[in-house]
Order: sequence, then structure tokens, then C-alpha cells
Amino acid sequence: MATLTGLSALWFALIGLLWAGYFFLEGFDFGVGMVSPLVSRDDTDRRLCMNAVGPVWDGNEVWLLVAGGATFAAFPLWYASLFSGAYLALFLVLMALIVRGVSFEFRGKFQDRRWRRVWDVANFAGSLVAALVWGVAFTNFAHGLPLSRAGYTGGLFGLLNPLALVGGLAAVCIFAFHGSVFLALKTSGELRQRARRTARTAGLAAVVLLAATLVGVAAGGRPWAGVSGALPGVTPLLMAVVAAVLLAAAVLLIVRSREGLAFVATGAAILLAVGAVWSLMYPMAIPASSGAVVPGVPGITIGLAASHPYTLTVMTIVAGIFTPIVLLYQGWTYWVFRRRLVRPLDVPAPVQATGGH
Amino acid sequence: MTLDLARWQFAIVTVFHFFFVPMTIGLGVMVAVMQTLALVRKDETWDRLSRFFGRIFLISLAVGVVTGIVLEFQFGLNWSAYSVFVGNIFGAPLAIEGLLAFFLESTFIGLWVFGRERLSPRLHLATIWMVSVGTILSALFILAANAWMQHPVGYTVEDGQAVLTDFGAVLGNSTLWASFVHTVVAAIATGGALVLGISIWRAHRASDDVERDAFRRGAAFTCGVVLVAVILVAVSGDIQARLMDVQQPMKMAAAEALYNTQNGASFSLLTIGNLSGQPVFQIRVPHLLSLIADLSWNGQVLGINQMQAAESARYGAGNYTPVLWLTYWSFRAMVGAGVLMILLGAWGVWLGWRKRLVQSRWFVRAALAGIALPIIANASGWIFTEAGRQPWIVYGLMQTAKGVSTVSAADVGGTTAAFVLVYSILAVLAAVLVVRAAHHPLDRVDEPSGPGEAPAAPRLVY
Repeated sequence: MATLTGLSALWFALIGLLWAGYFFLEGFDFGVGMVSPLVSRDDTDRRLCMNAVGPVWDGNEVWLLVAGGATFAAFPLWYASLFSGAYLALFLVLMALIVRGVSFEFRGKFQDRRWRRVWDVANFAGSLVAALVWGVAFTNFAHGLPLSRAGYTGGLFGLLNPLALVGGLAAVCIFAFHGSVFLALKTSGELRQRARRTARTAGLAAVVLLAATLVGVAAGGRPWAGVSGALPGVTPLLMAVVAAVLLAAAVLLIVRSREGLAFVATGAAILLAVGAVWSLMYPMAIPASSGAVVPGVPGITIGLAASHPYTLTVMTIVAGIFTPIVLLYQGWTYWVFRRRLVRPLDVPAPVQATGGH
Repeated sequence: MTLDLARWQFAIVTVFHFFFVPMTIGLGVMVAVMQTLALVRKDETWDRLSRFFGRIFLISLAVGVVTGIVLEFQFGLNWSAYSVFVGNIFGAPLAIEGLLAFFLESTFIGLWVFGRERLSPRLHLATIWMVSVGTILSALFILAANAWMQHPVGYTVEDGQAVLTDFGAVLGNSTLWASFVHTVVAAIATGGALVLGISIWRAHRASDDVERDAFRRGAAFTCGVVLVAVILVAVSGDIQARLMDVQQPMKMAAAEALYNTQNGASFSLLTIGNLSGQPVFQIRVPHLLSLIADLSWNGQVLGINQMQAAESARYGAGNYTPVLWLTYWSFRAMVGAGVLMILLGAWGVWLGWRKRLVQSRWFVRAALAGIALPIIANASGWIFTEAGRQPWIVYGLMQTAKGVSTVSAADVGGTTAAFVLVYSILAVLAAVLVVRAAHHPLDRVDEPSGPGEAPAAPRLVY
């Protein structure tokens, strides 16, 4: 079972695609949550921000659950070592997703200002913490983790090393950028203008931080580069550089009010950044910066972690049939809600708003 | 220490999630049926009721969804040795649940909530049915995973891992289909009991005829739903008991705290004193346990002592007896609440038939209290089936103590405390919001608008 097969490589790639899809989609949800306090002037603005992602955020989050489930099924050892190893980090993400998730449904239930304030903070903080921890996690994947026979045992603070924190901030800024571009694309009037200005700032920060992370990861080297199957270093490097260039291009595009193209660029940058991490890790599920679980192997290989070919075949058939259907109806949702949100006519600009149900 | 804390954490996050899951499945079906009646019969009353209960459905769904995220990762967090052992088999239905069920419910719920003006009435109706199908599919796949833990099929063990050999067997597991039917009809009873309780209370206190009439119709309809659903719960539960008698005889014995193998075993309704076999006081129904387990008057039911000896001989020395007070009382809480629900449903149907459904003050009180019955039954049933499998995490293959992660007790304890805190707050908020929604006036029905006349900009919902 410890050999690398085509099926396990396929599932490694598919799980990478699930993460990439997750960050592309929930990335702008997080971004909207994070920039909402910056671009909103009153309650109606905040409601417009929430409603911009309202019909889709829940479906977007499922990409994470499927990535988790697919990892469990296709690479049990990966699922088990990663999530028990990064115990408190994952716990933080789960808490963030809980308070953020209920904030959508709960916020509008009372007119009370303090009540709404609580859920605004929950939505903001949940988005921020989740974005930060995911960024930290993926930077650690790219750099490799210090492993021992028991797997990763460095705890939460072992993950929060300086390089990973830079990567975490990069993720925060990339998602904030992606989210404000999305807001600029989905709203109108002054809110749209403010979203565009915020996008510019967040975008510049994102480019700088992504470049810094890239340099840090490259400087760290890749102890598993010699393992059979590892891709040449130029592949992830090229993907990461193109991602940074696309982010820079998106800043220019948003300055020129080309919101649609800017969104395509930020989205593509996110997909490529995940692609870079994944191609850097390959063929490791959990790459080691030092130490080993199996003596002599710098990390947990996907071959070691993979399920039996029969399980992978069943999963491949199910995924082959149902993934296109999911993409079709999720895509249709975006088509149904393609129009821009406008400030309700009965609500004059900056005034205490009505509404909610 | 880590093991005990991990057990507590899993029990807490699972049972809390399971307060909301059957409610969401059941309310989803109820709301979908109401909206269907509204469209098919062109009846405003059902439309109003579907919007009214849709609000409560969304609160339940929101809490169910966020607490469900935790469970997707709970196995990796606290049960990593288990995850490695079963991932080949257990992971597949979990992944498929995400792909087939979660995407369906989470995507179409957005369309249902935000799409009222953008979709045609038929298409909008289809979206709530899609959500409902999603929630039911979710139950199917997670129960497929759980049924495998109760009664493993379609596998071999290779290099310390359970390896899938027959996926059809996993999906065709008799344990799965019995528990799937049991869970889904219990969920419908749960949603039905909530709709019944709130409707009858609102009809009773309504100040205008429109409201009174609408809620009376809602209540009359759900009396029948609850009655039929709970009878099906009993029937499917009975099928489960007979499977359990063959597949997990220890669980059957533990349900009754039956120490020694008996022919024509009786069933105790309650026990005062301890469960050591010498009670202070007991009420017993002769032969009932044999009937439940074996469908025969004098059928043999294996006792705890005999099973303990048999499992020790088979799996090596050890304690193979579940925690008896937990299995005994959770089983009684489940069955007792179920019996009360049958009585409640039958009372309601009888009152409805006599055209006195809304008049009886006592029935209003009973129906309001009845909202809690299925919630108690669901939680007890889940606790019973999981606690009754102990000490096994996968029956006959792996013990729970062997499945736990190597994480520090402090981490598990701290996160458990945080889950308790956050979930308690969620529970209070959800309860407050449901009570508030139950007081909400019935909506006036908007003019139906086709997609052609849809407003230019989407409505703000949140």
C-alpha cells in the first residue's frame, strides 16, 4: 500500500482542487466579512454586504467539508495526523466558522443596535480568524512541518512561526482583496466606490505579503525535493509568481473600474497559490521540514497515507458522476443572483435603517 | 484522561448537533409539504403557514449546519487511531455525504431564501424539496457510516486497517436501512410535533378568524402526521431490535439490564433501586422482551453474563459490558417518550374528528409540552445506540479506548469546555429566536410574481 499509484495521485490533485475551490469561493465570503466594517457607513451598508454573499456562502463552505471528507476517505492517515496534530488550530477555525455562520441568520432577528453589533463583530472576527489560520496552515504545508515518530507534535505555537504568520497575513489580505472586488462587483453607488478603494489598499498589501511569503518559503528549501515523484521546483515557483503578478494586475484593473476582470484575476491568483502549495508538497501529504514519521522519509507520503485502490475507485466513480451536477447547480445559483444589490429606495443615505425580519 | 475527555467531547458535540438535525429534516419536509399544498390547491393558508414555519426551520438549519462542520473533523481531532483504521470504509460515505447531500441542501437553501421573487413559484417550490432531499440524503450517508460501526460488513482487515471490499454491502447493510427509516420518520415526528404544538397554541389564542382558521388547519394536518410517523417509528424500531438481537446481543441485554439468558423474558417498565439484578421495586410486562427481540412468546434472550463470557472467550479477557444505567434508562426514555407521542397524536386525531381540536385547554398544554418529547426521544435513542455498543467503537473490530488520538488531556479538556460554553449560548439564542418566531404574526401574502416581473435588484433578506 505504500506505493504511489495513479489513483492516489489523482485524489491528491482532486483534494487540492477542492481546497482551491473552497478558497476561491469562501475566500470572498471571508473578504466581505473582513472589509464590511471598513466600507460600511450605516446599518443598510452592512446589510448590503451580508446580502451580497447571502445566497451563496453556505454552499461555498461545503467545499471545505467535502475536502475534509475526501481526505478522510482517500488518505485516512493524512486526515488523522493533520487534524490531531494541528488540534488547536483546527479548533480555532471551527469556532470561527460557527460564530460567523450563525451571524448571517441571527443578525437581522432583532432591531436592537447592540444585538446587530454583536453579530457584525462575530462575522468580522470569524472571517478574520478563519482566513488567518488557513493562511498559517498552508504556509506551514509549503515550508514543511517538524515531525517526529508520533507525527506533528509542535502544538499551536509551533505553527505560529514568523514565516507562517506572514503567510497568514497574506491570506487575510488576499481574501480581503478578493472580497472587496466581489463587493465592488455586486453593489452599487457609494458602497461600490468605497469597496473599490478598499480593494486597492488590500490588493497592494496582498501582493507584498504574498511575495514575502514566497521568498521565505523558497529560502527554507525543500528537504523532500529528492523523493521520487517530487516535481521540479520551478513548477510551484512559476505558479506562485504568476499568482502574485495576477494580484498586481487585479489592482490595476480595479483602479480602472474593470471589476469583472479584476475578480477573475484575484480568483485565478487564489487557485494558483493553492496549486503552488500543492505542487510543492507533492508527493508528500505532510512534508517534513525536519524529522520523520517513517525513518528516512521526510514526511508522510501520499502513497503511505492512501486508501486501498478499491475505495479510491468507488470514490472516483461517485465524484465523476456527481461533481459536474454540483458545479452545474452551484453555477446556476450565481446566475440567478447575478444582479447588483441596490440600496433600498425607502432608505436615504446614512440614516438608521429599517428592515430585517 | 484524554480518552474520557474525548468521549465527553464527542458525546456533547454529537448530541447537541442531533437536537437540531431531526428538527431540521422534519421541518424541512413539513414546510415543503405546506408550500406544495399552497401551490397545488392555490390556497393562501398553506402559503402563510409555510412562510411562518420556514422561519423556525431556518433557525434550526443554521445551528444544525454550523455544529455539523465540527463533526466532519471530530474524528481526525480526537479519534485519529480510529480514523486511520476505518478511513477506507468510514470516510467514503462521509465524503459522499458532502458531495451529494451538503451541496444540495446548502446551495438550494440560498435559492429558497433569496429566490422567492427571482424564481417561478414552481421552481421556488422545487428548491425547498431539494433542500429536504439533501437533509434526508445526509441522514442516509452518515447512518451508512454509523451502521458500519454497529455491524461491519463488506471489509477485510489488512495491515491493521479495515479495507473496503464491497461498497454495495456497506450501502445494503440491514442495520443501515432499519436505522435510516427509523431516523427519518422520527425526524418527521419531531418537526410535526413542533408544528402541532405551536399551531394549536396559536389557534387557541388567535384574536382573528384568519389566524385561528389557518393554525387550526395546520394543527389538524400535523396530528395525523405525528400519529402516523410515530407508529412508523415504533415499527421500524421493532425491526431494529430484532436485528440488534442477532447482531449486537449485548446491546439488547443492556437495554433491559437482563443479567441471565432467559426464555420468555419479561420487559421492565421501570426499576427502583439499582440495576444489579436485585431491584427494590420493578414493574414488569411478562414475555414482552422476548416478543421484541425474537417475535416469539418464549424466545430466548441472551443475558449480560453469558455475553460477557462469550465475548471474553472470543476477543480475550476484558470488560465487554456497556454502562448499564445509561443503556437501561436511555432506552426507557426513548420508548416512553415515543409512547406518549402516540397518545398525543391519537388524542389530537380524535379531537379533530369531533371538531373540538382547538377548544381543549388540556390538549393545548399537552401539545406544547409534546414539542419536547421527540427531542428527548431522539437524544436518548442516539445515546442508547452509541453507549450500547461500548466498549467497541467498531463492533467486534476495535475498542473505543484504542481509537483515541494522542493529544494532550489539556487540549481536549479546554476545547470541550469551550464547546460547552459556545453551544450553551447557541442553545439559548436558538430557543429565544424560535419562541420569538412562534409569536410572529402570519405573513400577508405578496402578489405572486413570475420571473418576468421580478424586481430589478435582489431583495435584502438578512
